[in-house]
Amino acid sequence: MATAREVAEKAERDDIRSRWLLSTPALLIVFLAALGPLLIVVVYSFLTPGNYGDVKWQFSTDPWVSVLFERDVFDDTLSFATAYLSIFWRSVSLSLATTLLTLILGFPTAYFIATRPDHRRDIWLFLITIPFWTNLLIRTFAMQQVLRNDGIVNSVLQLLGITDHPVQLMYTNFAVLAGMVYVFLPLMVLPLYASMEKIDFRLVEAGYDLYATRFQVLRRIIIPLVTPGIVAGSILVFIPSLGAYVTPRVLGGGTNLMIGNLIELQFGQGRNWPLGAALSITLMAIVMMALLFYVRNTTRSDGAHG
Amino acid sequence: MFSHSYHLMVRIKLVSRLPPVNDHAGEGNILTAIRPAVEAKGVTRIFRGTGQDSVRALDNVSVAIRENEFFTLLGPSGCGKTTLLRLIAGFDYPTDGEIQLYGQDIAPLPPFKRPVNTVFQSYALFPHMTVAENIGFGLKMLGKPKAEIEARVDAMLKLVHMQELKNRRTSQISGGQQQRVALARALAPQPKVLLLDEPLSALDYKLRKEMQIELKRLQHETGITFIFVTHDQEEALTMSDRIAVMSAGNILQVGTPWDVYDHPAERFVADFIGETNFLTGMVESAGNGQARIALRSGAKICATAAAGFRAGGNATLMVRPEHAKLVKGRGDLTGTIETIVYFGTDTHIHVRLDEGDVFMVRQQNSRSASCGFENGDKVGISIGDDAAQVLKD
Repeated sequence: MATAREVAEKAERDDIRSRWLLSTPALLIVFLAALGPLLIVVVYSFLTPGNYGDVKWQFSTDPWVSVLFERDVFDDTLSFATAYLSIFWRSVSLSLATTLLTLILGFPTAYFIATRPDHRRDIWLFLITIPFWTNLLIRTFAMQQVLRNDGIVNSVLQLLGITDHPVQLMYTNFAVLAGMVYVFLPLMVLPLYASMEKIDFRLVEAGYDLYATRFQVLRRIIIPLVTPGIVAGSILVFIPSLGAYVTPRVLGGGTNLMIGNLIELQFGQGRNWPLGAALSITLMAIVMMALLFYVRNTTRSDGAHG
Repeated sequence: MFSHSYHLMVRIKLVSRLPPVNDHAGEGNILTAIRPAVEAKGVTRIFRGTGQDSVRALDNVSVAIRENEFFTLLGPSGCGKTTLLRLIAGFDYPTDGEIQLYGQDIAPLPPFKRPVNTVFQSYALFPHMTVAENIGFGLKMLGKPKAEIEARVDAMLKLVHMQELKNRRTSQISGGQQQRVALARALAPQPKVLLLDEPLSALDYKLRKEMQIELKRLQHETGITFIFVTHDQEEALTMSDRIAVMSAGNILQVGTPWDVYDHPAERFVADFIGETNFLTGMVESAGNGQARIALRSGAKICATAAAGFRAGGNATLMVRPEHAKLVKGRGDLTGTIETIVYFGTDTHIHVRLDEGDVFMVRQQNSRSASCGFENGDKVGISIGDDAAQVLKD
């Protein structure tokens, strides 16, 4: 006869086993789709490049060294190379600028939508998401048509007599920035809208009632309450713009590379897969650090109130 | 035009910077004699819908609210009471008319330039701030020094008995406590007028009773004019100095609780406040504030009547259930008891009159005896000389 205690223990063991069995599919997907490929990239970054792409199974730290340093062809001495670093720097600063601009443009947009009557909000949200239905490449080429020397912007500028010759807009950092803001704006507006929609607008009235001006209501009531949306939107914009590939390629030309283009170059024409792998991991590390920094800062400022 | 409105803003600023209320309590009486604290003059608010349909939420409303008064706007939902309150607060602007605060038209001013604060129905406490930060918000926005804010917040916390919960988040306190914080927050900047938009409707019965007393105490202690909006006639009767009864965008009657209960101006007021029996009859003679009415049953009753009723006309009579008396045998009216409802303090007896209507009588209970009547009893109802009133329809 099994005692009550033994029965309870067996039930608990069964429970644990069935929990493991049930979570197996999820764990499998996480491993195959995320951890596995990542592991391969890490391994590749410590190998030697093959002659025609691919890798030779020969351990080497060269890919990591060349992320920061340049080996002299003649005497093998290492010198600090700023080429990749400057591309990283451009990527980070362009992504930060994109995040900031989408926030500045997206905040009033989301506020506008959130303050419409219920039945009209859907229409505005629909309009915001329409660009998503078009291929990214096509949207980027459309932007090219706008920024070309004989594009809309230059035509209007000349028509108004502001300049007498076309201003070079294409293949500049400005073009890349404009393209990325255009592409990523909906990703900022939607989370902002989601958190603004939840605001009880009687709180705004209460603010006015307690002598807060419009600006003070914005600063002390609305912004603190939509902080989760600002954080989510910023992350959603910053991370993909850091890895943006199509936009800088089409609008920035060959001279305004971003990390995404650099990595693509190593796996394609450069035939240096290990270096591409090392650069990918560096990019991921930057993203992780940015996320950690962001999350820690926002939770701290949140905690300061309590 | 510009200089006028600028002058006005300066005046309002001065008003809001006046010393604490107690300091000018003495001269307040003189002010009351000259002009009221808040006065609506011919205020109309029309909400335009899509196309042709528009709603006249307030229709040429005029009312004067005295200083230091607990004034209640009472009426069913949709009568315009909240609209009037929002116009005084500044969340909305009148289509026509003036809203005066101590003689100055404040209707065009935004809410943050009016020395008026609101306690919201939903409290509208800031969820990202502590109790103390909520209470200090108004003072902070007025640019008061930190030490003054802290002292004032502490005084407010003491006033509403919430000292221990100072640093709690508003989500961590109960409904009744949130109500107190909302009150303290609105009182902290020492407004000239405090507006309360059905502040007790979210509380349970016992807490509501408690807060009614609490509100009266606060009003007494602070000496601030309270304008209170409610649809609960009992709440209005127990708390107010004066009540304005509203219906469909109009004020029907302004008066003390006793006025509106015992001397309603018209049928709607009598019906809305308390329970009432209505009888129809013919005026036999009228004059000197009294009328003699012949009821359909043949009985003749003396009733108070306003001027304007003439002999020979039809009249509606109202009799409060507690002013009628049930008698065995013949009274002014006769009928059969249909239901007897026991309420603890009193008993409601519904009598089906011989003419067909139901008449309710309220009888005080005593500990030792039952009400003395049974369902199905044939009874008489006697109506005293001072029990009935003739009403305008």
